[in-house]
Amino acid sequence: MWEAIRVTLLLAAVTTPLLLLLATPLAWWLAKGTGWFRDTVAAVVALPIVLPPTVLGFYLLIALGPHSPLMVVLQPFGVRTLAFTFPGLVIGSLVYSLPFAVQPIRNAFEAMGPRPLEVAATLRASPWDAFWSVALPQARRGYVTAALLVFAHTIGEFGVVLMIGGAIPGQTEVVSIRIFQAVEQLNFAEAHLISGGLLAFSFVALMIMLVIDRRFGARSAGIRP
Amino acid sequence: MIQVDLSGTVGDLTLSVRFEAGAGLTALMGPSGSGKTTLLRAIAGLERLSGRVQVGDAVWQDADRFMPVHKRAVGYVFQEPSLFSHLSVEGNLDFALKRSPKTVDKTGIVDLLRIGALLPRQVERLSGGERQRVAMARALLSGPELLLMDEPLSSLDQSARAEILPLIRDVAERVPVLYVSHDPLEVARLTGQVIYIRNGRLAERPAVTLEGLSQAEIEALAMKALGS
Repeated sequence: MWEAIRVTLLLAAVTTPLLLLLATPLAWWLAKGTGWFRDTVAAVVALPIVLPPTVLGFYLLIALGPHSPLMVVLQPFGVRTLAFTFPGLVIGSLVYSLPFAVQPIRNAFEAMGPRPLEVAATLRASPWDAFWSVALPQARRGYVTAALLVFAHTIGEFGVVLMIGGAIPGQTEVVSIRIFQAVEQLNFAEAHLISGGLLAFSFVALMIMLVIDRRFGARSAGIRP
Repeated sequence: MIQVDLSGTVGDLTLSVRFEAGAGLTALMGPSGSGKTTLLRAIAGLERLSGRVQVGDAVWQDADRFMPVHKRAVGYVFQEPSLFSHLSVEGNLDFALKRSPKTVDKTGIVDLLRIGALLPRQVERLSGGERQRVAMARALLSGPELLLMDEPLSSLDQSARAEILPLIRDVAERVPVLYVSHDPLEVARLTGQVIYIRNGRLAERPAVTLEGLSQAEIEALAMKALGS
């Protein structure tokens, strides 16, 4: 059980910062862009919300398996397959939780509107400078929401990790799979313990989000007239 | 000396304006939708019109180049105060000060706009008039060669206006100001240099109409006309 908890927490701790980094340029572009191409990309980014995790996991398994074009590219570097490995799990988690990172950050950038950046430009801030000194701090609530959502979502992952991770104890077995296996072995005591822990964790995560929303809600939606 | 010769289309509006302005405050007047704000934004580089803008010796744009907003020595006071909500009052001022290419007398500007007591405050806790004073100070701290003001008093009540109006006159003694307004009384109290715009073009000075003005406003106009 502790092995599974360790792997799960590690997975969430690696996925969350990586995904925030990855989602930032994407969310920025989606917030500022226009046209059908942007809508197409927005739909693709949102796909993991509606897609059955097993479908996503299946395609990821193919993509990370030894015969995929991606692995052919990586083969000269000594990587034959990422299926059933921890790095493979991370990649799966990144894709699976992508919309949960992009959406809140994109919303925060959109809520800010163009004015703060115009003001920054008239105060001699270059676009790059303005992004760091104005856009990011103004969008901080979006980042906190995104981080909590991604972390919690990764902790609760099941279908995708089962497909591409294979539940190898100590490497790719996470808590949600551990629960499934405990129940299969009629080990209800362990299933109760982990399930109860996850329930408490999810509740606390949501409470934190609500409190943050209330506390910073009034002042992070951009410029106040 | 400010030389502006801009033309182009933004949205439904076709603009073609050419004028020069000197030191002090020059008012840009005209009915709403006449293109005053668009013109101001284009001078700042926030809107792209073709033509030429020169402030002092610096050419901000001409046929060959278009200097981006952050490279223009421009200060801009927007209609609504637009302070950064993630920074305190002092944080807002320092944002400008840090990026100013020349040394600016922060204490002098803080005193000029009488915002010394506000420095540690959060932006949300300020009144409308206080916010606009901070916005003016912030614009000055970026070391502008030209200050653009887009109806900075329009969202304020009478007492806040009365308080800020003389400050704007003081500011205009330090840096040339282009001041957009549609309020003839406000402009009458600020300057005699007025440029009129109608439908995106320069227009003749319209006849003053007293209809709808209060007794006090008519008296103020009369006093102005009498030169006192």
